[in-house]
Amino acid sequence: MVDVLKAFLLGGLICVIGQLLIDLTKLTPARIMVCYVVTGVILGFFGLYQPLVEWGGAGATIPLTGFGNILAKGIIKKVNEEGLLGAFAGGIEAAAVGITAAIVFGYIMAIISKPKIKS
Amino acid sequence: MARKLGSQTYTLDNQVVILAGAAIVGKKEGDGPLARYFDNIVDDEYAGEKTFEAAESRILRDTYVKLLEKSGKAATDINFVLSGDLLDQCTAASYAFRDANIPYFGLFGACSTMSEALVLAALLIDSGAADNIVCAASSHFCSAERQFRFPLEYGSQRTPTSQWTVTGAGAVLLSNQGQGPRITSVTPGKIIDEGIKDANNMGAAMAPAAADTIMAHLRDTGRTCDDYDLILTGDLGSFGSTMLRELLKRNNIDLKDKHNDCGTMIFDLNRQDVVCGGSGCGCSASVLSAYILEQFSQGLLNRILFVATGALLSPTRMQQGETIPGIAHAVCIEA
Repeated sequence: MVDVLKAFLLGGLICVIGQLLIDLTKLTPARIMVCYVVTGVILGFFGLYQPLVEWGGAGATIPLTGFGNILAKGIIKKVNEEGLLGAFAGGIEAAAVGITAAIVFGYIMAIISKPKIKS
Repeated sequence: MARKLGSQTYTLDNQVVILAGAAIVGKKEGDGPLARYFDNIVDDEYAGEKTFEAAESRILRDTYVKLLEKSGKAATDINFVLSGDLLDQCTAASYAFRDANIPYFGLFGACSTMSEALVLAALLIDSGAADNIVCAASSHFCSAERQFRFPLEYGSQRTPTSQWTVTGAGAVLLSNQGQGPRITSVTPGKIIDEGIKDANNMGAAMAPAAADTIMAHLRDTGRTCDDYDLILTGDLGSFGSTMLRELLKRNNIDLKDKHNDCGTMIFDLNRQDVVCGGSGCGCSASVLSAYILEQFSQGLLNRILFVATGALLSPTRMQQGETIPGIAHAVCIEA
């Protein structure tokens, strides 16, 4: 239960920052998402994101910053194993599950649902 | 034949009557203060079609059919259809009228399309080239989101924009004979670009164009705001309306209580979560075709200046860092 609360708090905090960026700046949603991924990569590279993952679990891995973190981790691992070529392969390899899941579930949802105006 | 007055106004010598009007709108507009004036309210954003674009064409087509029914005219009586919308290639209008079997002109004037159509139609009828012309315009919240922002399927968190695109269509039938309010003069507008770059602030981009056209009309005709019961702008919204008032004041023109804006009339700004008001070709078109014509028939209006305003932006040019050109055409309508 404590894990759930921690995940909620951390995940919620990350999303609140995103909402504030939408409300208070002129950044488009697409730019904000790219910023999140890049921020995750940078934090992950310096090893600053992993402590958040350990504390908040899914609250840190589900948001896009978590995706950036996985990219950074995968690249570091592959570069250590195979040298510089790992920089091109490691990120996508490590993120393969997330990317494929996004495509598969996105496709399924597109088939079974119809967009509407939010009421 | 129309006579040129001053720099850019044309007074019509022959009778140009607004014989009838029709308007069909979406659910949100049907929940607004003007609901009872519209001919129909479509609750389903798909209007029974498969896509939003098809839905917009359907609403426009249904509005046109309703207009013919109300005017008592047959399709064969109509010389031209002048119509437009916000989508690339004027898609909504082209598909709405593809089976109409009437000579057709597709217009793009962004949200000023209705007044652009009225200006051209009035001049065509006055010249004797046509007896009856249908002027129509439409917009749809969902197709406009796809055109200018993100498709709804993408599920993007919507940036709190200042204006809400109206789902709806308005159409009027202009004729050289019959009963109804008359178009007596028109002032085509010039493109005015004051350097606004924020696509969420189109009211500010259009207000200078509205001010320019209104000033030209008053200067050319030698009239003042007191000569009108109403100066009705298209969709400046609440912010753009304040700006228009300021711009005119700087040029010693006081709008007093004569001004209103279709964008702020069609929604209840406090209750309907639209921030500054409605926008889109369908906004001024439906307000004019439904509410304003009804006000004329009840004898509550004698002379108005209808000034639909348009922000002539394209998403591509905005991404290239360009500014937003604004335009406004004025049409003087008298009982």
